[in-house]
Amino acid sequence: MKELRLMKGNEAMAEAAIRAGFDGYFGYPITPQSEVMEHLQKERPAIRTGMVVLQAESEVASINMVYGGAASGKNVLTSSSSPGISLMQEGISYIAAAELPCLIINVVRGGPGLGDIQAAQSDYFQAVKGGGHGDYRLIVLAPSSVQECSDFVKLALELANKYNNPAMLLSDGAIGQMMEKVELFPQQPRWTLEEIRKKKPWATNGRLFNQERHIVTSLHLIPEKLEAHNNHLQAKYKEIEKNEVRYEEIKCDDAEYIIVAYGLASRTAQKTLQLARAEGIKLGLIRPITLFPFPKIPISTYAEKVKGFLTLEMSAGQMVEDVRLAVNGRVPVEFYGRTGGMLPAPDEVLAVVKNVFKI
Amino acid sequence: MTEEIIIAGFGGQGVLSMGKIMAYSGIMQNQEVSWMPSYGPEMRGGTANVTVIISDDRISSPILNKYDTAIILNQQSMDKFESTVKPGGMLIYDPNGISRHPSRTDINIYQVEAAKQAAIMKASKTFNMVVLGAFLKLKPIINLENIEKGLKKSLPERHYHMIPMNIDAINQGSEIVKAIHVL
Repeated sequence: MKELRLMKGNEAMAEAAIRAGFDGYFGYPITPQSEVMEHLQKERPAIRTGMVVLQAESEVASINMVYGGAASGKNVLTSSSSPGISLMQEGISYIAAAELPCLIINVVRGGPGLGDIQAAQSDYFQAVKGGGHGDYRLIVLAPSSVQECSDFVKLALELANKYNNPAMLLSDGAIGQMMEKVELFPQQPRWTLEEIRKKKPWATNGRLFNQERHIVTSLHLIPEKLEAHNNHLQAKYKEIEKNEVRYEEIKCDDAEYIIVAYGLASRTAQKTLQLARAEGIKLGLIRPITLFPFPKIPISTYAEKVKGFLTLEMSAGQMVEDVRLAVNGRVPVEFYGRTGGMLPAPDEVLAVVKNVFKI
Repeated sequence: MTEEIIIAGFGGQGVLSMGKIMAYSGIMQNQEVSWMPSYGPEMRGGTANVTVIISDDRISSPILNKYDTAIILNQQSMDKFESTVKPGGMLIYDPNGISRHPSRTDINIYQVEAAKQAAIMKASKTFNMVVLGAFLKLKPIINLENIEKGLKKSLPERHYHMIPMNIDAINQGSEIVKAIHVL
């Protein structure tokens, strides 16, 4: 029997965290993602599954609690919105360097600075290109619906554990606040100590007889060792790029022009596509689901077939750089974006399509 | 079938909860739904609005700037949303507190004196259900049985005893709605 609910994106992510079998959540409230912790507190996960939910004293404390929890082999997560995620960057870099699986949720709001509390996509660079210091990558998933908010929490945990790498869900204020129908997945059990010891043999969760000490660290003072560690990380990121690219394409088969958009902007683009097709304009849509690894190959393949791309973002133009790299100058890659919580409307985007491609 | 609706009024009029009941009722009859509120500082005491989409197919953009139906419950919302109704679309409003009535001639305009009716019924909180009744009379996209199920889903159990009162308000709304301008 399907379990259908009408939920906000934020609530769906919180509910999914309980159901995916997370052991702990550490966070600090910030609009527009406060419903994540609200839902967790209301649902009493300590009783439902034994999951710990703790309001930390700051975002810096939350991410370091995640670091500690993940080091001990527990499945842990945090959530915040743009300014809060900026505060976490040092910790995220440490976690990536120490190769610890965990989940970080960013419900993006308008920036830079404190910005506003409306939806934006202006944290793409921060999520995909680093954000913190050093050569590291996060696995970044971009939900475009409340259903995906639920599904991707589970998927992100699986991917994080598969590659011993932090994963990020890049949502936005609108997806966080809107309600849609969501089919919830059944409760997964939390891992037992025996399972953690088997699946995460490096975890610092108590030393057994005759066992070497486990050390989790991001400090490698000898340059040769650090370079070797970096090479190992880069090889892992290559592996992730090879195996984990996810994207959706809509009506690209006969398309003459393609919009590339992720998250909420991809929903606007879908409506634009319907309006365009009704006027006989052959428009398609590529929606990156994983932002890292980025779907370079499909975009590169379509660059041979179409007359041009339009990247649509709720930012001043960030993902467009990755689209341009994939297209590599073969056809024009145009950009349209709104910022500061202003959202592009479908007919507005269609007018842009007609204008830039002179249709 | 896809119905794109904006409901707009003051915070506290039950704008968001009316949308929520419609969305839940849509789920009860196996449809796709989305409920996209305005959120932020303006929610607290100012204007509130919500976009509700009910569709047989996957919903593309949850954010729109043109609507099939606008349900308008104060003057500020009238000023903002009258122009956003698609030609041939529908505008329903409560004349209570409205100083500038809608003037478009390319849409269907209906009036429901919901505030007055709710006062007569001595149940001012059912105001939004009177409005919902008016909408459902004109666009019966959700049947009453599913509304009742939707109410049950969106209300805590301790409030179930108020469901008959709300259903009554819906029925009243469908009786008192009157046409102002019909194409």
